Amino acid sequence: MSDHSHNQGDHAASPFHATFRDYAIGFGLAAVLTAIPFWLVMSHALASHTATALVVTAFAVVQMVVHMIYFLHMNGKIEGGWNLLALIFTIILVVIAISGSSWVMYHLNANMMPLPGKMDGMG
Amino acid sequence: MSADLTAKYYDLHEHDHPEGFSTALGFWIYLMSDCLIFAMLFATFAVLGGNYAGGPGPKDLFDLPLVAVNTSMLLFSSITYGFAMLAMQNDNVRQTQIWLAVTALFGMAFVGIEMSEFRHLILDGAGPQRSAFLSSFFTLVGTHGAHVSFGIIWIGVMLVQLGRHGLIAANKRRLMCLSLFWHFLDVVWIGVFTFVYLIGMLR
Amino acid sequence: MLNILSAAANAVSAVTERPAAPWNPALLGRLGPDAIPHEPIVIATFAAVMLGGIAVVGALTYFKLWTYLWKEWFTSVDHKKIGIMYMVLGLIMFLRGFADAVMMRGQQAMAFNGNQGYLTSQHFDQVFTAHGVIMIFFVAMPFVTGLMNYVVPLQIGARDVSFPFLNNFSFWMTVGGAVLCMASLFIGEFARTGWLAYPPLSELAYSPDAGVDYYVWCLQVAGIGTTLSGVNLIATIVKLRAPGMGLMQMPVFTWTALVTNVLIVATFPVLTVVLALLGLDRTIGTDFFTNDLGGSPMLYVNLIWIWGHPEVYILVLPIFGVFSEITATFCSKRLFGYTSMVYATVVIGILSYVVWLHHFFTMGSGASVNSFFGITTMVISIPTGAKMFNWLFTMYRGRIRYELPMMWTVAFMLTFVIGGMTGVMLAVPPADFVLHNSLFLIAHFHNVIIGGVVFGVFAAINYWWPKAFGFKLNRFWGVVQFWCWVVGFWIAFTPLYILGLFGITRRMRVFDDPSLQIYYIVAAVGALLIAAGTAAMLIQFGVSIWKREELRDETGDPWGGRTLEWSTSSPPPEYNFAFTPVIHDIDAWEDMKQAGVARPTGGYRDIHMPKNTATGIVLAGLATLCGFALIWHIWWLVGASFAAIVGGAIFHTFNYVRSFHIKADHIAEVETARDAQLKGAAA
Repeated sequence: MSDHSHNQGDHAASPFHATFRDYAIGFGLAAVLTAIPFWLVMSHALASHTATALVVTAFAVVQMVVHMIYFLHMNGKIEGGWNLLALIFTIILVVIAISGSSWVMYHLNANMMPLPGKMDGMG
Repeated sequence: MSADLTAKYYDLHEHDHPEGFSTALGFWIYLMSDCLIFAMLFATFAVLGGNYAGGPGPKDLFDLPLVAVNTSMLLFSSITYGFAMLAMQNDNVRQTQIWLAVTALFGMAFVGIEMSEFRHLILDGAGPQRSAFLSSFFTLVGTHGAHVSFGIIWIGVMLVQLGRHGLIAANKRRLMCLSLFWHFLDVVWIGVFTFVYLIGMLR
Repeated sequence: MLNILSAAANAVSAVTERPAAPWNPALLGRLGPDAIPHEPIVIATFAAVMLGGIAVVGALTYFKLWTYLWKEWFTSVDHKKIGIMYMVLGLIMFLRGFADAVMMRGQQAMAFNGNQGYLTSQHFDQVFTAHGVIMIFFVAMPFVTGLMNYVVPLQIGARDVSFPFLNNFSFWMTVGGAVLCMASLFIGEFARTGWLAYPPLSELAYSPDAGVDYYVWCLQVAGIGTTLSGVNLIATIVKLRAPGMGLMQMPVFTWTALVTNVLIVATFPVLTVVLALLGLDRTIGTDFFTNDLGGSPMLYVNLIWIWGHPEVYILVLPIFGVFSEITATFCSKRLFGYTSMVYATVVIGILSYVVWLHHFFTMGSGASVNSFFGITTMVISIPTGAKMFNWLFTMYRGRIRYELPMMWTVAFMLTFVIGGMTGVMLAVPPADFVLHNSLFLIAHFHNVIIGGVVFGVFAAINYWWPKAFGFKLNRFWGVVQFWCWVVGFWIAFTPLYILGLFGITRRMRVFDDPSLQIYYIVAAVGALLIAAGTAAMLIQFGVSIWKREELRDETGDPWGGRTLEWSTSSPPPEYNFAFTPVIHDIDAWEDMKQAGVARPTGGYRDIHMPKNTATGIVLAGLATLCGFALIWHIWWLVGASFAAIVGGAIFHTFNYVRSFHIKADHIAEVETARDAQLKGAAA
């Protein structure tokens, strides 16, 4: 990713060109991807809570990607790919922080001595 | 010869970087740091979200239909902001302002509904002090709401600045940054309604 | 809305329980006459500071320097000036933090055989807390930020950073944090919890006074400045490099700066959140880290070390960059293994995110978790070792000149490596179970921070001072400083390693076992030697400024440097480069010297530069005021100052005219004078 002297001119213009089509598709997809999870949870359509949680999570991830592409116009060319790189790096750290914390805290809590008469304090 | 060498090692015909050359990247990087703030609030909620301390839990407190309405407010605001950007691309100041104002209205509806939800919870004794679950709920959802509120103020400022200067390059840059900010908040909300409300109801 | 606010206000008063002051509590919150300390040492310090402060203010007024300072320095958006101001801040705060260290050494050397020492536990606990907070946040961070601010734009051939106003604001926010920390000396007290303020001790139940609130807010204010500075430098390095300077042609210091600033942006938000949650617990009674109602103090420890570990790499990576530049320069040789240096830096940056648990092996996460993090911790020493070998290979067969920067580099290599090795010892969980929170740990991290960061900052100061000010530092006093520090460090900390292996705990104020006293006395002697070294450094600055004409450097390149900053005059002109250089190789300046490139002699153009602004210092001042108001629960002032900050920031955005042009004529004058200077220097 080396910088070339002639690319200074490119950045004066808008780096992306949004279209009505992008927003319409994005909106449509997002609406569907929101409605289905709400319906799944509110109607208890799936017997297993775990399955529901997984499906709902998957829909959330897909919808986030939809927003990234259709609303944020994310692609590998904006700012020479640096935006995408920053996003990927951030996502990796988010995954490490959330999964790492969950893993660590689960173990820490599991090794705690039970206290007499304690209510459901430690989850 | 020496002059050739000088010309090879010095940019004798350089053009300045255009004003705002770094803005888009800089704002995106800031947004990534904001993403990490939300990530830590999510991590906190992941760890403490099941600690009801004998108090009310999601099933007692969450009104999913209302959350669905709220979610749609934010989603509508995202698309109306998109329309504002299309108007900006067409250099139409008036249209841009109108769509920005509509976006702000949807945003205010979102914040208003959320604040009434908070009010009910607090009045029902389910305030942020009641349990770690509620502390993390109020902080995560509240931080998101605070960001939306700042976004609304920012829209207000842009309306004034567009009125004064029109769609000059600086204002277009600002609107682009606000666009990133606004859509990013909708992305975070996807995480909130999924992991806090929907999965909360499944716990 | 009103219901929420009144509920919040009720929650605060219920939670804080501090009796309202008898006069108008609404006006001053919980600030009252009992906030003024009664302790003799503190009162004496206050008197000294007041006298010193009056003297400084008086001198500035007498010499009519206020306008100059305001226009040329405080409102400046020039990265060079901001860099220098960061260094000044770091130096001033270093004297405070070091005073805390000397106080601790003194107390611990005497507190045996029934002698309670001269510090009460209330005071001692604040001293060790303040020592840590100040050294990390207000000494090491400003030094490292100052160096990156000054050097990076010059090294990449740019005229300033991407966001000059933000740069100014970031600096003043750091100052604001330092001001809040210092204010705790004289109004109220500081935290007594150690530099990371673990709950439950830092929760309201056990620390009801303002101390932990000072801690939370001084770090929040400074943290915002640091995060924005991170954004700024990443954008600068990515966007403003001179033509031809691809990523793999950047100087190594710039590479380390890039990774460091990525770490800053990726990790300070974690600190922001954790401190905010602690602040919420203390202010409105939430239950994040409390013992009951579902809170988890262990979560705090987990989250704060997710920040804390990358933080130490933020401190040390730029220093590795400094040593890379210095080694290449003073061995008159290209740095060995440029590519592996870059990869090592990036790998260290990434790995720093998967080792954090080694700070709390003993908190009980069990064997599987501990083993994972123990292994990752050991792995991270490998790229660091690779860097060390690269420096050694650069020195091998080089023409080594032992100027002060190179002397500090050798001291670093020896000192830091030993400190790193004790780190690998601590990375073994069973060993850590014995050594955690012992003096062995204290000795280890001081070994790497002093041997790494402090020695590196001294090396960098000696190296880049001539660039910033146009004259070298006096060598004699620098050598005195060097030996006092290096010998003093080992005398101060070797006893601590031994005591740690005996099992002695950190942060102890009084001791029962008289056989330990000799070790503490030796450590105190070491501290005094370091004090002498610090005095020598101040003398070095003074003597050098006094004798600056004899030490003057006209060439702009006193060391035979290899990177672009050495191509400018010393000090550089405000615009850095009349023409942006075009890069063809690593070590761009060395390349230009070897090729015999002549400076351009004409055709100067107007240069576009950012204007100075007062907004940064004003907004940061308001933020500091807001922090103070939050600490003392002066709610009307919180609201007013916060509104003023938002209003002020919005007002600033209405100013669209933020730059001006330096005229080509002026540039021609400056450059012609520079040509003459170079001719004179060559003669």
